[in-house]
Amino acid sequence: MALLSEDRTVAGAIEIFARRHRFRWYEVLPWLVAASCYVAFPNYLALGAQVLAAILFGLSLDLVLGYAGIVTLGHAAFFGTGAYAAGLLAAHGWGEPLSGLLVAAAAAAAVGFVTGAVILRTHGLTLLMQTLMVATMLHEVANKANSITGGADGLQGMVVRPVFGLYRFDLFGKTAYWYCLGVLFIGWLVMRRIVFSPFGRSLTGVRENEARMHAIGSPVFRRRLVAYTISAALAGVSGALIAQTTQFVATDALGFERSGTILIMLLLGGIGRLYGAFIGVPLYMILQDRFAAIDPVYWYFWIGLLLVVVVMFFRGGAIGTGERLLQWLRRR
Amino acid sequence: MSEILSAAVSIAFHGLAFAMVLYLITVGLSVTMGLMGFVNLAHGMFAMFGGYAMTTLMNGYGVPFPLALAAAVVIVGAVSVVFERVLYRRLYGGAELDQVLLTIGLIFMSVAVAKYFWGPLAQLFQPPEVLRGQIDLGFREFPTYRSFLILCGAVLVTGLWLALDRTRFGAMIRAAVDNLRMAQSVGINTSRLFTLSFALGSGLAALGGGLGAEILPIYPGYATDYLIYFLIVVSVGGLGSIRGPFFAALLLGISDTAFKYLLPELGSFFIYALTLALLMWRPRGLVSSG
Repeated sequence: MALLSEDRTVAGAIEIFARRHRFRWYEVLPWLVAASCYVAFPNYLALGAQVLAAILFGLSLDLVLGYAGIVTLGHAAFFGTGAYAAGLLAAHGWGEPLSGLLVAAAAAAAVGFVTGAVILRTHGLTLLMQTLMVATMLHEVANKANSITGGADGLQGMVVRPVFGLYRFDLFGKTAYWYCLGVLFIGWLVMRRIVFSPFGRSLTGVRENEARMHAIGSPVFRRRLVAYTISAALAGVSGALIAQTTQFVATDALGFERSGTILIMLLLGGIGRLYGAFIGVPLYMILQDRFAAIDPVYWYFWIGLLLVVVVMFFRGGAIGTGERLLQWLRRR
Repeated sequence: MSEILSAAVSIAFHGLAFAMVLYLITVGLSVTMGLMGFVNLAHGMFAMFGGYAMTTLMNGYGVPFPLALAAAVVIVGAVSVVFERVLYRRLYGGAELDQVLLTIGLIFMSVAVAKYFWGPLAQLFQPPEVLRGQIDLGFREFPTYRSFLILCGAVLVTGLWLALDRTRFGAMIRAAVDNLRMAQSVGINTSRLFTLSFALGSGLAALGGGLGAEILPIYPGYATDYLIYFLIVVSVGGLGSIRGPFFAALLLGISDTAFKYLLPELGSFFIYALTLALLMWRPRGLVSSG
């Protein structure tokens, strides 16, 4: 009897593992919403493109933070590297956007790999500090290399050519919107594939119990480094998207504020849940806009309060709260 | 030659004064991080509100400097108990990320609160008459207030170290940092110990914020803009240590002053690079506890 029930649990577990990567009906929702926003808000497409690019940035952060459990305060380092890579290319005559994205990804991945190889050996506060130091150093370099980057005033003279040589970046942001949406879609496919792969499972293992992963012979450091590098590449693409669609990069792309804001956005949506960024980024932008409309001078007080309340009472952000609500409804 | 020597003396002097302020502000942070394992990014706000309390009492109500400073320490220490009991306590032993986000939220709020009550500009700080101007130490003149700062710092550091080594409370803190469970087993009330050391650390931060108002001006962005300095001192110094942050503060204070003086263009870059290198060499800080 006991044997039978054990068999059943094993079968159940296998069933869960066999199915967990399959597409669910609700996974089409974000894309439906994005497409309908294009129709519903034709005057806000430029802003919409920024939101989509920021979602990609959030996705990349979720890989290191939510899945690999690396708490970073310096993710803007890769965002900014990608933005500057694409920006500098476009300012020096290489305006083809897709190859620009690839170069940005490669540059950010290189920075991620090199710095990750150095700093990922540490843990806790030390690691937090190291990530912060890397981003601050890059910020400092961009500031000092005024003649190349244009410093805080921004990089001048970016010329981005049409996508596929056909679709020109227009004033209303139509092309920018579809461009960002397409790249985000590819980024999401990549992320989804990684998260549900055995590699993604081992990342979660490292997050949950690093000692045990060492004990079963998993190459923990290598796993974390690979995740960090992939995440850096995605963040770089996100930075490049914003640089190309706004045709502007300034040093704030590498700033602490950007690293902090994306962390908050992801927290609001839900960390380690793949869709946290899809909910968190628009939610943050809407809330910030509302708070700023109600209280233009002290809106960040309300953001801060919201942050405290979410950390104390709404674990897992919007998605986590939704999950708990569903469970509660089912039990009743 | 004498010019180089004089520059070196200036750097050492101003670096030392800066280091004292940094140490006072961060020593509490190091203890709370080591003791409770809590990543508290919002520690700087206690220093800031200490500075605000002191300058408000001095400028608004004409309270003399020593009294205003003492009042600031007491007020901030008392208020920090509320923060510890209501917010921080719930996240002890929790995820690092939650602690980081909670304290980032607190920083946001502290910026807004400071701006609301005191406006966006830095607070005016006038040291009392005796501490103004220059003091002649025989071979050259030094700014009086900074000399006073160094003296104050030296006295406080000695007192603090003696207290940690010689008093029962100090022994309890050391025991809890080394082995929390064992400390609980032998009957130390760690819950009260946490609250007390948190209040003490915040009070010291207020003291540092007040005393250092001349070096680190009191304005709403205080808790964010100087955060990186505080974190460098704590992480390089070593968590839970009382001596570590002192050496880290000395290192940061003097090298920061030196780089700003000799290499103003690339100064902060070298500081960050140095921090990165030091943390690679000693990931647990210069003086690691346990």
